[in-house]
Amino acid sequence: MNEIAIEVNDLSKTYPKSKVKALDGVSFQVKTGKVLGLLGPNGAGKTTIVRILTTIIKQDSGSAKIFGLDLASRTHAIKQLIGLAGQYAAVDENLTGFENLTMISRLNHMNKVAAKSKALELLEKFDLIAAKDRTLKTYSGGMRRRLDLAASLVNNPAILFLDEPTTGLDPQSRLMLWDSIQNLVKSGTTVLLTTQYLEEADRLADTIIVIDHGRLIANGTPTDLKKRFGSSVISITLRNAEATDSATRLLSANFPNKLLSEDNTLKVISQDGPKLTLDVLRIIDANNIEIVGLNVSEPSLDDVFLTLTGQTIQEN
Amino acid sequence: MTDVLQNSTKTNWTKSIYWLVTDTLTMTKRNLISYTRIPQALFFSTLQPVMFVLLFRYVFGNAIPIKNIQYVNYLIPGIFVQTVLFGSVSTGIGLAEDLQKGIIERFRALPMSKMAVLTGRTIADMARNIVVVTIITGVGFAVGFRIQTSVLSFVNGLLLLLLFSFAVSWGFTIVGLSAPNSETAQVMSFPLIFPLTFASSAFVPVATMPTWLRDFATYQPVSVLVDASRKLMVNFPANISNWSAVESIFWSLGAIAILLPLAVYKFSKAK
Repeated sequence: MNEIAIEVNDLSKTYPKSKVKALDGVSFQVKTGKVLGLLGPNGAGKTTIVRILTTIIKQDSGSAKIFGLDLASRTHAIKQLIGLAGQYAAVDENLTGFENLTMISRLNHMNKVAAKSKALELLEKFDLIAAKDRTLKTYSGGMRRRLDLAASLVNNPAILFLDEPTTGLDPQSRLMLWDSIQNLVKSGTTVLLTTQYLEEADRLADTIIVIDHGRLIANGTPTDLKKRFGSSVISITLRNAEATDSATRLLSANFPNKLLSEDNTLKVISQDGPKLTLDVLRIIDANNIEIVGLNVSEPSLDDVFLTLTGQTIQEN
Repeated sequence: MTDVLQNSTKTNWTKSIYWLVTDTLTMTKRNLISYTRIPQALFFSTLQPVMFVLLFRYVFGNAIPIKNIQYVNYLIPGIFVQTVLFGSVSTGIGLAEDLQKGIIERFRALPMSKMAVLTGRTIADMARNIVVVTIITGVGFAVGFRIQTSVLSFVNGLLLLLLFSFAVSWGFTIVGLSAPNSETAQVMSFPLIFPLTFASSAFVPVATMPTWLRDFATYQPVSVLVDASRKLMVNFPANISNWSAVESIFWSLGAIAILLPLAVYKFSKAK
């Protein structure tokens, strides 16, 4: 077994119709058996990476290999090694759960008997066996996502691509899906996961890549990323917009590159929490600005993302 | 895993054709099941031609006298043509809907025959057309239509119609692949299908039309098909040989030869 499951070199892609440069020279690697979290806001290029690596579209330049197989020349072999669960729960809502999985198994070129038994096995595994003969129109959002995930597993893929697997799900369904994904990883599946949820990346991913406007802007383990951008975040909440404005002015003069703002909360990131807290409070106090909240914490991935891109991840 | 890698290097023509056929059957089955799950759609798409039958038979028909034939016998072959043409519009609509919902993304990532996504659709729509044509045959008989030739000749007429509708389906495949969503696919289809259907010999003899329209109406493929089917079903006009049937087969095969590769090319050239 190859040690590198996915290898991406300088991938670029511009969509011909919209002329949008979706990817602009992205490179990364995923080791076999690991989970890569691809993090970024809408339109960052996450789905484009997934579509290229799952052979749906071709890149304009750059190359990619799946288990050492070149994406361009070994397309058919690669298709048999991968599974894709899509952003929009791409299953047929007019078919039953059983019919959907049988169809996908057949299209993976399994014979009829094997296709049916695979469908039943997966329905059992994802707790959908009671709903197997119901059309998907009657499924809840969480059930559809589970069926979608099940459909991506019919060929026992060595690499699983999950494009925003839990977007729009309620917390309980999300937890259920996370469990399923973690079980797959335990059994040795390599996973590339795109997400807008930092918590999701934090929880599932061994390595995180942050992309924005088609470029890779950070790469590391969740812990690395958080450390690299400071060990502490001081958040102060101000009473009103006016106070926020003057505090922003004062603090940005002192901490030009480390200041983030969200509504009436200002955040300053630093390597030295205690000293920074004192500095911030001194400046605020010296100018008679009233604060209504103070919090010193470790940076979240949200803070990291905010520092990197100047916007919160779910903003747009 | 090594098995998979070795097998895939052996890909050859017989294998691709085998999988094209198998995957087409899987996709056809899927599309037909979908139709049975939305019986309303089938009901209303059948109701429309039934209403046309009633409209022309009982409202307009008496005002359209045609020599040597009862109007109902003149009408029904035309209705058949209209029915299959309007039916083939659903190919584009269904495809646009699949694209919109993202299920085609999944198909593209599977090791299946790409072309089967399209052939599974056009063949399912032909099967659906067979069902609708059977119903219309029943309705036709109920309103007084009678075969003037033989059952075999009548069935040949139907086969001619279905071949043509299959060809037209490939045109609507291209429409479906070009449309941003199913609603647009639908509104894009009617300007194409409407003039071909109504500026033809389907409902009235082309001789009644103004000269500029008559020339178009005489030679365009839908009129050729209507003339051929009418001759096969009710032997009208009686004293000519049916060159239109040969002509119509050429139209259909020619259209398939051009539209099918275009559709496949458009589909494989992913956005």
